[in-house]
Amino acid sequence: MSLWSRISNALHGERLNREIDEELQLHIEEAIASGRDPDEARRTFGSMLRQREASHSIRAAGWLESLLADVRFGWRQLCRNKVTTVAAVLSLALGIGSCVGAFRLIDALLWRPLPISNSSKLYVLSRKMIGLYGKPAEDGHWSTPEFNVMRDAAKNQADLIAISDADRTDITWTTDDEMEKAHVAYVSGNMFPLFGLEPVLGRLLIPADDRGPGANPYAVLSWEYWNHRFGRDPHVLGSSLHIGDKTFEIIGVAPQDFTGTEKGTVTDVFLPVNTNAFATQDSITWHRTFLMLKHGVDPAAALEPLREHLSAVSSAFGAECSECRRGMTQADIDRYLNQKLVFTAAGAGISDLQKDYRRSLGILGLLAALVLLIACVNVANMMTAQATARAQEMALRISIGAGRRRLVQLILCQSALLGLFASVLGALFAEWSAPFVLGLVNPPDNPARLALPADGRVLLFGFGLMFLVVLLLGLLPALRASAVRPVAALKGGENPHSLRRLMRGAIALQVAFCCLVLFLSSLFVASFQRLQNRPLGFSTDRLLLLQTVAGKGQLPVVWNQTAEALRAIPGVNSVAISGWPLLGRIKINSDISINGAPPSPTPAFFLNVSPGWLSTMRIPLISGRDFRREDTSPGAAIVNETFAKTFFPGQDPLGRTFARGVHRPLNKIVGVTPDIPDHDLREPNRAVFYVPFAGIDGKSAPTPEGFATFAVHTDAQNPLALAESFRKIIAQRHNGLRVSNIATQFDLVRDQTTRERLIAMLAAFFAAVALLLAGIGLYAVLNYSVLQRRREIGIRMAIGSTRAGIVRLVTLDVFLMIALGGCVGVVLGFGAARSVESLFYQVKSTDAEMIALPACAILLTALVATLPAVLRALRIDPTEILRAE
Amino acid sequence: MAKTDALQGSLDLLVLKILSRHPRLHGYAIMAAIANTSGEVLRAEEGSLYPALHRMEEAGWISAEWIKKETGRRARVYELTVAGKKQLGAEESRWESVSLAINRVLREA
Repeated sequence: MSLWSRISNALHGERLNREIDEELQLHIEEAIASGRDPDEARRTFGSMLRQREASHSIRAAGWLESLLADVRFGWRQLCRNKVTTVAAVLSLALGIGSCVGAFRLIDALLWRPLPISNSSKLYVLSRKMIGLYGKPAEDGHWSTPEFNVMRDAAKNQADLIAISDADRTDITWTTDDEMEKAHVAYVSGNMFPLFGLEPVLGRLLIPADDRGPGANPYAVLSWEYWNHRFGRDPHVLGSSLHIGDKTFEIIGVAPQDFTGTEKGTVTDVFLPVNTNAFATQDSITWHRTFLMLKHGVDPAAALEPLREHLSAVSSAFGAECSECRRGMTQADIDRYLNQKLVFTAAGAGISDLQKDYRRSLGILGLLAALVLLIACVNVANMMTAQATARAQEMALRISIGAGRRRLVQLILCQSALLGLFASVLGALFAEWSAPFVLGLVNPPDNPARLALPADGRVLLFGFGLMFLVVLLLGLLPALRASAVRPVAALKGGENPHSLRRLMRGAIALQVAFCCLVLFLSSLFVASFQRLQNRPLGFSTDRLLLLQTVAGKGQLPVVWNQTAEALRAIPGVNSVAISGWPLLGRIKINSDISINGAPPSPTPAFFLNVSPGWLSTMRIPLISGRDFRREDTSPGAAIVNETFAKTFFPGQDPLGRTFARGVHRPLNKIVGVTPDIPDHDLREPNRAVFYVPFAGIDGKSAPTPEGFATFAVHTDAQNPLALAESFRKIIAQRHNGLRVSNIATQFDLVRDQTTRERLIAMLAAFFAAVALLLAGIGLYAVLNYSVLQRRREIGIRMAIGSTRAGIVRLVTLDVFLMIALGGCVGVVLGFGAARSVESLFYQVKSTDAEMIALPACAILLTALVATLPAVLRALRIDPTEILRAE
Repeated sequence: MAKTDALQGSLDLLVLKILSRHPRLHGYAIMAAIANTSGEVLRAEEGSLYPALHRMEEAGWISAEWIKKETGRRARVYELTVAGKKQLGAEESRWESVSLAINRVLREA
């Protein structure tokens, strides 16, 4: 109460003075009224001013008043140099905003704990092994039978939870075939209780729900899905949804903030794990396995023994599971059995998005921090220069008795004001930028979704950052100013060299940071360009892909008839069928056995295609022929060049045969095509073979296909224009085929480079900002130094220094600093680049052009930035200077 | 007349006591009351009265309020708070023990 009144009085100092005066005045009047001599009555108070001062200091908080005075003074200082202030605030705001934005993304995706109880006791199980092609790999997916065995083995110390990734799945709400997409995750019944989650509506899944295969077809909706799909209608309970031929009953809605354990994806529907057909298969690994320590179990002591125990259980399961190793070579079996079970803390969830973007976001954060540092150095430089200009004022303040503490406070106030304005603007920038960048993370048709709350964590980070910035900006100038020696300064002879040394150091620092940003940016931009310009070997022009499903499967003849129907539509140039689209991220490998020998260690990838698919995709044949209608799989095959080189080195592959495993039917090679990137643009070309879409079983009977993709080459420039009519034509045929997804081949190729495009774009943005800020900083420092050395330059000119000499004088040490900073920056760049090498595509940090590019950019910026100062130095008129001095 | 010396250290006590008897007095009235009740022996100096009032107000012993007088002038009147009443008790017992001690010293002599 009292402190509050003192603070309030300090804020209203004038009013307080008036009140004190009024009270004292009334006293004097009363005294006179009661018969005192007016002069004597007035005299009793002594000096009215002193009386007021005494009362004022009692009733107002003095520290606050001096702080307010300093803030007012700092504000006036900022207003005096409007242009520099605005530039400083804007550059700091950009830096702070970028940092906070980056923090929001990194925190939300990687660090923020899931909104569940005991998230710190949650781990995820995965196995580390040597993958295909000898690279280390990690597999986080498990088969349900193996999960069950491990769950029973761990039950004394921990609960195991099965959660599948939330896949975009076709679901139907009513029976009239209106299909829509939703993210569906299969979870074990113990997930909701162990996570301590309470239903918003109805009930959640319980352990009893996942006993027995598919006995309890219940579904729980996420709040998010309930909200946007059903408008929070409570009558949704009891209604049913259909996935394929299965029907599920809605029994409840999960709490609002729980969106699943897969960061970056919002799960719409939770289903019991046992309702998935995979749940009984020993060899299909399809869901993740989480582990939650039981209450009272010490993680430090219990985790390692538990890991060893589960590892033994898992190995035993693998050794017994003959189905898991069917058709494997001995090397593969060894590899499979030689895997290591690891626990990873999963309190912040687990997702592929985290894996894909961990390093990218780290780089993003680094770039943002560097830009902020560059901006800070700039502004600190500016403030140092201003403080020096005020050296005389400071000296005067000290000589008339201002404490040095008060001087430090004075300057810190100014930097705090700058920091505050910049933080407010930066917060606005972060508010906009984090969701904007998140929107670019995934392809537009399946955006990454992540809660980005501006809560205590973000605020704490923001305030911490602001505090740091204020200290960075203010501390140096404040200490310098308070170290002013009044005698020297008032005489006008402070040593200017120490200041220039400081500013030169700042330039080196700035150039080093800038060079680091540019170096990394050029690596990322070059990676993206090379990736984007990678020759495809097929055409994406006017090519529409209808990814189609067929419930339990349809015979090839049905698929062919549908293709025929599509061909009949006007505006369609050609139609072909493949199992899945190129670069659609689907890859299936197959063993290759030549002449009955055991399969080679390198597998090959395959794709089943209809006759005419090669020509529709504009993939040429090097030799041989395309498939014909009568070709079947197994029977005929077309291979790419790498396949031919790998399995038939130095031979003509045409007419030769291979089998997809030992004792499997033979395929005769009828054609050879060039290599194309088939599922991932970043990977080198693999051995690929094509087999006819028409498959037959061991008795030569045609086999049904559950899904395939129609590749439609249209006459119109925009193939999507016909998408709806294609969908309708296929639905009207009522042959069980349904279009599940429509995309253009162009989009699929573009989506391959989403991450690289995002990093390249942001890196280029930060590089431009860094260059601009460094240029401004350079200009300001040089300009200031020329202004300060006018006298010296004038004298040098007068005694015959050449123009070249003056230019050298002004610029030599600055360029030395640039060179020094540049070298440091590149060395830092090598270090940083090594840690993110995996993000580069066909680019090495040691490539000459990768170093030359930033060096040229910095040199050019330095030239432009130094030019005005050099011209100013050359225009100095010695006679004028000498006369003025 | 006994001047401020006699009041050294006891001004707070006098002000609190006066305010406990007559709530809502302004500064001049407090000064007048001290003079009247002490038979014009004790006088609070203006120069120390107002700082003391403001100090006690900040300490929360008394609270102040602006009122309109009949003359139309504003006056700032003071009133004892709960904390002030406690303080008054403490000051009174302190004063009693001090005066007791002084009396004892005087009798010894």
